[in-house]
Amino acid sequence: MRLVKCYFCSSTIYPGHGIQFVRNDNKVFKFCRAKCHKAFKKHRNPRKVRWTKAFRKSAGKELAIDSTFEFERNRNIPVKYNRELWNKSLEAIKRVQEIKMKRQHQYVKNRLKANTAALKEADYEEVKQNIHILEEPKVKKEAKIKRATQVIQEIDMDTD
Amino acid sequence: MAATTCYNFKKTTVVPSAKDFVDIILSKTQRKTPTVVHKHYQIGRIRQFYMRKVKFTQQNCHDRLSQILNDFPKLDEVHPFYADLMNILYDKNHYKLALGQLNTAMHLIDNVAKDYVRLLKYGDSLYRCKQLKKAALGRMCTILKRQNQSLQYLEQVRQHLARLPTIDPNTRTILICGFPNVGKSSFINKITRADVEVQPYAFTTKSLFVGHMDYKYLRWQVVDTPGILDHSLEQRNAIEMQAIAALAHLRAAVLYIMDISGQCGHSIEEQIGLFRSLQPLFSKKPILIALNKIDIIGVTDLSDDVKTQLQSLTTEGIDLLPMSTVTEEGLFDVKKEACERLLAQRIEVKLKSRRVNDIINRVHVATPVQRDDKDRPVFIPDSVKEKKAIDDSISKKKLMRDYEEELGDDYILDLKREYDLKNEDEKYDIVPEIYEGKNIADFIDPEIMEKLESLEREEELREAAGIYDDEIDEDDDEYTEIKKKADLIRSKKKLLALKNREKKSRNKPTMPRRKIQATRSRLDKFQNMDEMESMDTSTEANAVSRKRQSLSKEIMQRKRKASRSVTRSQSRPRDESAFANPSQKARARILTKKSQKKIRFGALKGESDRAIPDLKPKHLYSGKRKQGKTSRR
Repeated sequence: MRLVKCYFCSSTIYPGHGIQFVRNDNKVFKFCRAKCHKAFKKHRNPRKVRWTKAFRKSAGKELAIDSTFEFERNRNIPVKYNRELWNKSLEAIKRVQEIKMKRQHQYVKNRLKANTAALKEADYEEVKQNIHILEEPKVKKEAKIKRATQVIQEIDMDTD
Repeated sequence: MAATTCYNFKKTTVVPSAKDFVDIILSKTQRKTPTVVHKHYQIGRIRQFYMRKVKFTQQNCHDRLSQILNDFPKLDEVHPFYADLMNILYDKNHYKLALGQLNTAMHLIDNVAKDYVRLLKYGDSLYRCKQLKKAALGRMCTILKRQNQSLQYLEQVRQHLARLPTIDPNTRTILICGFPNVGKSSFINKITRADVEVQPYAFTTKSLFVGHMDYKYLRWQVVDTPGILDHSLEQRNAIEMQAIAALAHLRAAVLYIMDISGQCGHSIEEQIGLFRSLQPLFSKKPILIALNKIDIIGVTDLSDDVKTQLQSLTTEGIDLLPMSTVTEEGLFDVKKEACERLLAQRIEVKLKSRRVNDIINRVHVATPVQRDDKDRPVFIPDSVKEKKAIDDSISKKKLMRDYEEELGDDYILDLKREYDLKNEDEKYDIVPEIYEGKNIADFIDPEIMEKLESLEREEELREAAGIYDDEIDEDDDEYTEIKKKADLIRSKKKLLALKNREKKSRNKPTMPRRKIQATRSRLDKFQNMDEMESMDTSTEANAVSRKRQSLSKEIMQRKRKASRSVTRSQSRPRDESAFANPSQKARARILTKKSQKKIRFGALKGESDRAIPDLKPKHLYSGKRKQGKTSRR
């Protein structure tokens, strides 16, 4: 039993799920769901479809090159079962995963940092231009107040 | 027919009954000759038209009948065995008569056609010609109809002939005969692949059966005959006569089967009597007597009386072979003996013929003779023998198979037993494969801990370098305020946009005010106005309000009329009675039409089976072609 990656979106396919297509040159394509399968049939390139892992990696949205990736790979070297080694490996998986996530987060954070200045500017601009949506313009408000005071004064005078 | 022809009557064409025959002929004439003729044609052309029809019909009849005549075997030309067999089965006279009648019918039809063609030459109008043609075809059909009996008889003969076994009268044949129920069919079933019915009563086999077998790489034909009873030839029935015909005409080794147990209901004396009376038919044929059913009574257990009778047969040079079809004892001796005899006889006959000398002169048969008496055993080198001895002495590893034999029923297939691991006690561990969405196998690496350590070190360096340090936001309070406002503005803008869109989305033409039908609310408004006006004492009543008043009144009247309750005496049409007012009715009408839309279109389609729902389906006529074929995009 093995977990495999979806050809299109690179998500993990658990046993009993997905569909697979064997091309006449013997290459096997596995798909996690109909969405990916359909996209493949439409000759979509996973690198150019925004929602795939391949796109996110190639476009620099996610961590793509890192030493943590060296741990998980198909080595093609048969290793005899050894309980100790297996236990160690389980520990290692946890730790490697932890480090990988940490680096990933940091990477995204750094990526987003570049944009903060622009955002800030945009916010200032927004407030400057459209403040009337939130509150009435100052001039109008003052005029209103002025009129109100006038009316009150007139009434006062009448009563007097 | 040549003597070497293999007799197979399966290919004879079907003989139709007279009615069918006429139908076939006439419909063929109708189909294969021109059908359009007009009276203003030249008379020569009209005559030609009808003559062609008559001639065509005649030719057809002629062809069909002559084919029947050719297909059926002629008794004088077939092998005498088949001639005799057919005489027995179908009666020679009847058969010949039927064919003869068809022959005369054929000639009669030819003559009729000839006469009418001659008459047609003098036909002076289309009508005459047509009548002549009609008469000609009518007479031909009448002649055919009269042959109904012979045609039916021939069809029956054809069907029976097709089911006759194909017996080649000239090959190596073994003929089995004897009283009914002595085991002839059991014998043929045993030595060949034939599947003849065997039942414990007389005359189970009612016709000839053929089986084939191999002996000395030659193909042998074994013919099973129905049982024969011992009486004179005239008294024999058709079933027995078939056996007699086979005995008389086939060049075969005859196997006379006797039942020594007497279970067949005939004593041994009777069986010998039958043998004697049949003996003239056995002349020049190798003959063998098989004593069957020795599983019931052995040959030695027979009474002396019977023994002496059998002895008398052996003194005449006829071999008696014991056998049993049940236990298969002696069965193959009988077969072998019969085959050998026939082979010997056939070779003898062949040697007498002239052709043999030519061949014998050319043939040389080499017969190798032993060179000397020296013994030449197998040679195995000593080194090989030694090696084999060593190999045998080494105890071999215990195999799974050995375990299985040792444990017997307690054995359970255990593939893990032979695992070669570092620690023996880990053999039966359940090896985990998947952990937190990862394949464990992908992480297995003997140096994993070293690698992990180097990763940890790298991580420490990173942390020391302050890569993960959160930069303290120097966002001042001013900016947070601004940001809050900006967010608020954005969400409000979105809402406004939505609202505007809603306003714009009215997707109907605007009705002019004048055309808008009066609603209750609007009317009420008018009425109020009227009241106000009437209350108003001032004389300046303006024209507009007047107009309005009259309009509103009119509307009210109309409305009241429609919704007014009706007295019982007034019967209204059914389709109106259910509605309170005309608008309801109109709406109902629209709904009805809508619901019937499909049905109406269905009715337009017609009632043919091959309705094509859509002559130009959209998906086949639009769009670019990329994948798929032209026919289905």
